[in-house]
Amino acid sequence: METRATKVALWAWATLIFLFLWIPLAIMALYAFNASNIQSWPIPGFTTKWFSEAWNDPEVRDALWLSLRAGLLATGVALVLGSLAAFGLSRARFFGKDSISFLFILPIALPGIITGLALNSFFVLLGFNFSLWTIVIGHATFCVVIVYNNVIARLRRTSGSFFEASADLGATGFQTFRFVTLPVIATALVAGALLAFALSWDEIVVTYFTAGAQNTLPLLLFGFIRQGQNLPIVNAIALVVIVVSLIPVALAQRLTSDPGAGRG
Amino acid sequence: MPADAAGATEGSPRGGALRSLSRFSWRRPGLKAFGQISAPVAAFLAVYVAALVALLIQSFWTTDSFTGKLIHSWSLDNFRAIANDPYPAIIQRTVLIASAVTITCMLLAFPYAYFLVRIAGRRLRLALLVATVLPLWVSYLVRVYSWRLILNPDGALNWFLNGLGLPSLNIAYTNWAMWLVFTYIWFPFMVLPVYASLERVPYSYLEASADLGAHGFTTLRRVILPLAVPGLAAGSIFTFSLTLGDYIAPSLVGGPDSSLIGTVVFESLGLANNAPFAAAFAMVPLGIMAVYLAIMKRLGAFESL
Amino acid sequence: MKRIRFGYVALAGLVTALAIPAAGVSKGTGMPTSVGKGEGKLTLVAWEGYTQPQWVTPFEKATGCQVSTKFAGSSNDMFNLMTSGGGGQYDMVSASGDASLRLIFAGAVAETNMALIPSYKDFFKAFQSPANNTVGGKHYGVSVQFGPNLLLYNTKTFKAKPTSWSAIYDKKNAGQITVPDNPIQIADAALYLSKTKPSLGIRDPYELTQAQLAAAVALLKVQRPLIKKYWALASDQIDLFKNGGSTIGASWPYQYSQLIAAKAPVATVIPKEGVTGWLDTWMLSSKAQHPNCAYEWMQYITTQKVQAEQATSYGETPVNKKACPIMNTLQKGSCQQYFAHSPESYYRSIKFWKTPVADCGNGQKNCTDLKAWTTAWQQVKG
Repeated sequence: METRATKVALWAWATLIFLFLWIPLAIMALYAFNASNIQSWPIPGFTTKWFSEAWNDPEVRDALWLSLRAGLLATGVALVLGSLAAFGLSRARFFGKDSISFLFILPIALPGIITGLALNSFFVLLGFNFSLWTIVIGHATFCVVIVYNNVIARLRRTSGSFFEASADLGATGFQTFRFVTLPVIATALVAGALLAFALSWDEIVVTYFTAGAQNTLPLLLFGFIRQGQNLPIVNAIALVVIVVSLIPVALAQRLTSDPGAGRG
Repeated sequence: MPADAAGATEGSPRGGALRSLSRFSWRRPGLKAFGQISAPVAAFLAVYVAALVALLIQSFWTTDSFTGKLIHSWSLDNFRAIANDPYPAIIQRTVLIASAVTITCMLLAFPYAYFLVRIAGRRLRLALLVATVLPLWVSYLVRVYSWRLILNPDGALNWFLNGLGLPSLNIAYTNWAMWLVFTYIWFPFMVLPVYASLERVPYSYLEASADLGAHGFTTLRRVILPLAVPGLAAGSIFTFSLTLGDYIAPSLVGGPDSSLIGTVVFESLGLANNAPFAAAFAMVPLGIMAVYLAIMKRLGAFESL
Repeated sequence: MKRIRFGYVALAGLVTALAIPAAGVSKGTGMPTSVGKGEGKLTLVAWEGYTQPQWVTPFEKATGCQVSTKFAGSSNDMFNLMTSGGGGQYDMVSASGDASLRLIFAGAVAETNMALIPSYKDFFKAFQSPANNTVGGKHYGVSVQFGPNLLLYNTKTFKAKPTSWSAIYDKKNAGQITVPDNPIQIADAALYLSKTKPSLGIRDPYELTQAQLAAAVALLKVQRPLIKKYWALASDQIDLFKNGGSTIGASWPYQYSQLIAAKAPVATVIPKEGVTGWLDTWMLSSKAQHPNCAYEWMQYITTQKVQAEQATSYGETPVNKKACPIMNTLQKGSCQQYFAHSPESYYRSIKFWKTPVADCGNGQKNCTDLKAWTTAWQQVKG
C-alpha cells in the first residue's frame, strides 16, 4: 500500500523514536551503578552497592509497600466505579450523559496540582487525617476515567444481541453479567486496571498533597533527590522497578491487542 | 421483551428474589442505568466536585500570612493580583510551552503510530508498544533527572555532538530544555490514543481510496488524518493539561526564565502559605482547560481516550 | 435509681480521669518539671536527612520511643503540617527560623523547660536563646543545627579570592551565577544594600519597608539576567558547579563539602557585608501526644556525639560547642569546614532567617510581610 520510500522513512522514524525513548533510560540504568554521589558525565566508576543499600533501607521497603497498597486499592475502587458508570452509560440514553463523561475526565484533564490542592483543603476542612485512605481517594479520582473509557469502548463495540440472547436463554441479569458481560469486558478491565495502576504508581503531585506521615515510592524518591546525597539509589530503585514491571506490562499488552487489526 | 422466558428455568428461593430484581431492571433500563451510574457519580460529586467548589470559595478569601489563618472576607483581590506583573507573562509562557509540546508530540507520534499499525509485524508491534508504555513505569522524577545528565554543558549530548565535530548546544536550564523534556515525558500519552484511532481505520478504506485514484499523500490527508483526529485530540488533552500544571520539571531542568503556572501555584501554597491566592491562580488553568476540553470534545476526543 | 447512680459513677469517673495528669507531664499551662516514662512512640516533622538511622536507631533502642518522620519540603509545609486540623498530628518539628516564629504566635508549639536538657549549657551562647525561638524570655524548643549562606566560587575561574557579595551582582559573571530559589533571598540583597547604600536605612534585613523592599527587588532584577539558575535543591547547585555551568553563587557548607569530596576546585568565603543563615529548632507541639518521648528526643539530639553525627551527615554546624573534636574523628577537617569552633562574635554576626512580618519591631507597623516578599520574588523571577 505504501511506497517503498515511505516504508523506509517510517522504519527510520520508528528507530529514532525508539532511541529517543530509551537512551535516557539506558543512561539512568547506567548511573544506577555510579560509584560517585555526584552525577557527572562521563561516569567515574562502577559499583553495585546502591542496590543493596536500597533493599536494606526500611524507608524504601515501606514506600514500596505503601505504593503497592495504594495502587491496588485505587485500582480496585476505579474498577468498581468505572465499570458501573460504563454499564450505566453504554446502553441507556438519558440527559446529562455527556456531562457525566466530562465529570470523570476532569481529574485527569485538570492539572494535578488543582486536584491535589482541592482535596487537601477539603480534607483539612473536614478534619480528616491524612493517611493511606486519603491517598487512595486522590488516586481513585483519576483512575476511574481510565477504567471507564476502556470498558465503555469495549461495550460500544459489542452488539447488544449478546445480552438479549442470554436473557432469551433464561439467564438472570446477574448470570448474564457473570457468563456474558464479564468475559466480553475482561481484557478491557485488565488494560484499564494496568494503566490505572501505572498512573497511581508514579503519581507524585496529588499524592504530595494527600499523604500524611507516609511516603509512597515517588514521594520517597523526591525526598532523596531533594536531599541530593544518595542520587544513584534513586536510579537503582527505578531500574529494579522497570525490570520487574516488564513482565506484567508485556502480558497485559499481549492480552489487549487486537491481532492483525491494521491488516483486515 | 421476552422476560417471561425467565420463569421457564430452575430457580432457588434466593434465585427468586434475584430473578425478580433482574426482571424489574430489564423492564426499566433507564432505572437500571440510573442505579448503576448513581454510585460513581455520587462519589465524584461528594468528594471531587465538593473539593473543587471548596477551592473556588477559598479563592475569594485572604489569609494572614503570619499565622496562616484564613480570613473569611470576600473580595476579588486575588483575581486582581493575577492581572499584575509577572503573572500574565507566566500564563502566556505556560500556554506557549504547552502548545509547543502538544504539537511536537503529535508530529512525533503520528508517523510512529502509523508505523506500528501498518508496517510493523505483529511481534514487533507488541514489542514496540511495550517499549513505549514501559517508560511510564519508571518514575517521572528519574526520567526528568536523567535529562540533566544529557543536557549539561559537559553532558552526554555535547559529548556526542563534539564527537561528530559539531559545536556544543548550551540548552541546559532553559525553556528549550523544558520543551524537550516535557515532550519526552508525555510522549507515550500521545502515542496510545493515536495508535488506537489509527488501528480502527479499516484497510478497506485505504483500498477504496486507492481505487478512486488517490495518491498516498492524498489518502493520508483526506482519509487517514480525519479519522485520526479524535486520537490526536485525546492525546493532546493529556500533553496540554499535564504541561499546564507541572511544576517539578521546571524546577529540575528549567532556568531563571522558566516559572510556569504550576510553579506559581506551588510557591504560593508551599512557600507563602497563601492558599487563597493559589486557589485563585489555579482557576486560570482550570478555565483554560475548560475551553480546551470543549474544543476537543467537538473533535471527538472523549470517545478516544 | 439505677440510671442515676450510673450517671454519677460515669461523671465521677470522667472527672477523676481528667484530674489525673499524664505521667509526669501536665497538659495544662505549666511546663513539665521532669520527664516521665516514654510513651513508646514519637512522630516528627523534619527536613530530609535529620532523622538518619545512624542516630535514630540507637535512640529507639535506648528509650523505646519508635520514631516515624514526615519529611517536609519547605518551612511552609512544616507550618501547615503542625497547624492543620488543629494540630496534634505530630509531636515535634525541626523548624527553621522562617517558620519558628509563626509557629509560636499561632500557638502551635509549647514552651519548653531548658532545665530538662542537660546539653543546653554546652551550647554556644548565641544559640541558647536566639530570637527565632525565644520570645519574652520563654523558650519554645531547643536550637539544633545551623548553616550560614556563604559565597561559593570556583578557584580556577577566580584566581583572586572574591571578598564581596558584589561578585554575584557583577555583569562580568553573567551566566555563571546561581542563587537559592527562595523569597527569603531578598534578605540577602537587603543585607548587601544595608552596607553599600546606607542611605536606605536598612537595619534588619528581614524588616523592610515598602521602599526598602523595592530597592532590594530592583537590585535582584538587575541580577536576574546574570543568573544561570535559581537552585531549589542543593544537588542542583552541586551539579552545576561540577558540570561547568556555574562558577560563583550563594550556597551552603553542604554543597561545599560535597564538591570538595568530588574533587571539584571550589572554596567558600564570608564576604565583608556579612551573611544570612538558617537556624533550626526542634519544637514541641502544644498538642503533642507523646511529650515524654519528645523531651527524650530533645535531650538526645543535643548531645555532642549526635550533634557531630548529624552535622557531618547532613552538612551543617552543631550548636553544641563540644561537638567539634568528634566531628573531626568522623570526617577529617569537618569542624573547620563547618565553622563549628569559631568565636562567639562570628555566630552573633550571622543574620539568621526570620519570617518577615508587618510589625517592624520599633513601633512601626508598615514593614512588608511574607506575602509581599513572595509576590516580589515572583516578580523578580518573572
